[in-house]
Amino acid sequence: MNLVVFSGPPSSGKTSIILKTIDALKQRNISVGVVKFDCLYTDDDVLYEKAGVPVKKGLSGALCPDHFFASNIEEVVQWGKGLNLDMLITESAGLCNRCSPYIKDIKGVCVIDNLSGINTPKKIGPMLKAADIVVITKGDIVSQAEREVFASKVSSVNPRAITMHINGLTGQGAYELSSLLYDEENQIESVQGRELRFPMPSALCSYCLGETRIGEAYQMGNVRKMDLGDDYA
Amino acid sequence: MHKMTIGSILEKYPFAEGYFQENELDIRGYEDKTFREYLDSFSEEEVEDFAIDKDGLEANLIEYIQLMKTFLGVEEESGIQSLTILPGHDKSNNPEGFKELTIHKSEIISIVGPTGSGKSRLLADIEWTAQNDTPTGRTILIDGKTPDTKWRFSSNNRLVAQLSQNMNFVIDLTVREFLELHAQSRLVEDVEGTIGKIIEAANKLAGEKFDLETPVTSLSGGQSRALMIADTAILSSSPIVLIDEIENAGIDRRKALNLLVDEEKIVLMATHDPTLALIADKRIIIKNGGIHKIIETSPEERELLTKLEEIDYFVQGLREDLRYGKQLGKNSKIEHKDDFTLRKLDGILPNIVN
Repeated sequence: MNLVVFSGPPSSGKTSIILKTIDALKQRNISVGVVKFDCLYTDDDVLYEKAGVPVKKGLSGALCPDHFFASNIEEVVQWGKGLNLDMLITESAGLCNRCSPYIKDIKGVCVIDNLSGINTPKKIGPMLKAADIVVITKGDIVSQAEREVFASKVSSVNPRAITMHINGLTGQGAYELSSLLYDEENQIESVQGRELRFPMPSALCSYCLGETRIGEAYQMGNVRKMDLGDDYA
Repeated sequence: MHKMTIGSILEKYPFAEGYFQENELDIRGYEDKTFREYLDSFSEEEVEDFAIDKDGLEANLIEYIQLMKTFLGVEEESGIQSLTILPGHDKSNNPEGFKELTIHKSEIISIVGPTGSGKSRLLADIEWTAQNDTPTGRTILIDGKTPDTKWRFSSNNRLVAQLSQNMNFVIDLTVREFLELHAQSRLVEDVEGTIGKIIEAANKLAGEKFDLETPVTSLSGGQSRALMIADTAILSSSPIVLIDEIENAGIDRRKALNLLVDEEKIVLMATHDPTLALIADKRIIIKNGGIHKIIETSPEERELLTKLEEIDYFVQGLREDLRYGKQLGKNSKIEHKDDFTLRKLDGILPNIVN
């Protein structure tokens, strides 16, 4: 089975791109399942079900979604193997732009959209910088110039990635993406012992552990203060 | 590269500055150090805080410089001369109704067919330089040869630029700042000159003039379209321009197309508007996912086009009069400076109005 990890900011078009890509994979008789990771809520699983795609969803709730991803990915892979899928796609929303769920030697795709503003590539960390393929969406509603500027900003933070423009509504470009995703050679049985491409933040503070009160007396662990300069009395 | 100091990298490849900027790396004061030494100056805490991937950044710098070198090299080449489409099949596997279509630069081809007939697929085939490896089985040649894969994978050398009705400016900048940004991303040397050229061209197309200090988001539909077309013609690196309809309002469509042709673009235009369709040298008829046939614009059609254009100019004149508070009627005078318009309107207007 192939494993492909999709990631990207909320509402960038991940689900539309994955659905259109699955259409193209199905034409080649490749069976695909999806596991959707989100934080509090998602109804994307309904969209996949409607399209006849086997789907599971995992809500991380109080946990950081990327930590949740790392703790569950092996079980998810075994689920996909149990269904005899040719390809398993995981989809997760990057929420604070700090981390990424990419795993070494497993294809990682980042989906970002032209509408998010030209400084967005700068603001996104490993989710964009460590991706193998960057898919840029919503190119049909911004000017050619903005598309070019956006793509050049993407390529300066991740020059190694293949950058593609895909229209999530018409699917223009999705067939091309599908041809880059499936790899006969890269079959996996398990992800046990594999490594994340980029470490997640290691520290905990009292608020991570459920503290709600504000004030120095309640702050423990990894606490850092802003530098407000000299005017701060 | 690993042994070069940051200062000497910048001296040899001035564009590397952009890489440091976009990656939020403040290299000031480290000009005499290597990039690795600079990266090693970050504390462990900073590495975690800023999510710094030292190996990645180092490898990417080398990749970035390679990419930009090729990109600059490509710019110096004379650009592509022609695009050839070899037939595949439609959705029902019937072979397409043409032998070979070669489109040269400065040529305009229109694409007609109902929504969902396969226009997007045709464009995608061109953009991906299909090699009998897409659902239509089409093959795309550039200058008569199998194209370089750079057209597929490079983000700075896209084969196709697109202009469509739905496009808007979303960025919050003035026209000048916007064009500056675009020119910088294309590594243009004469930024001022290029901006001047674009604004002049855009104002020739737009019904209402605008200046460089106007925010792009407050341009009217026609002005936006004019700026997008002028910018695509002059500043975009893509040799092929795909247009999805140009609305007949606030913009001189004939001049817009002429501008693209003058800048040696290959123009493909999806349209349902007879005036636009007939301006093209040929039109591609799409049906059931395939190219059904290719029709050359006939002399009779060209005659019809002249008539259509007269009507267009007449309506444009009315629009202008309306805007400036004049009475509309059969005596509506068109204050279009264009000789062509005046010549054509002479003696024809009464016929149209009556």
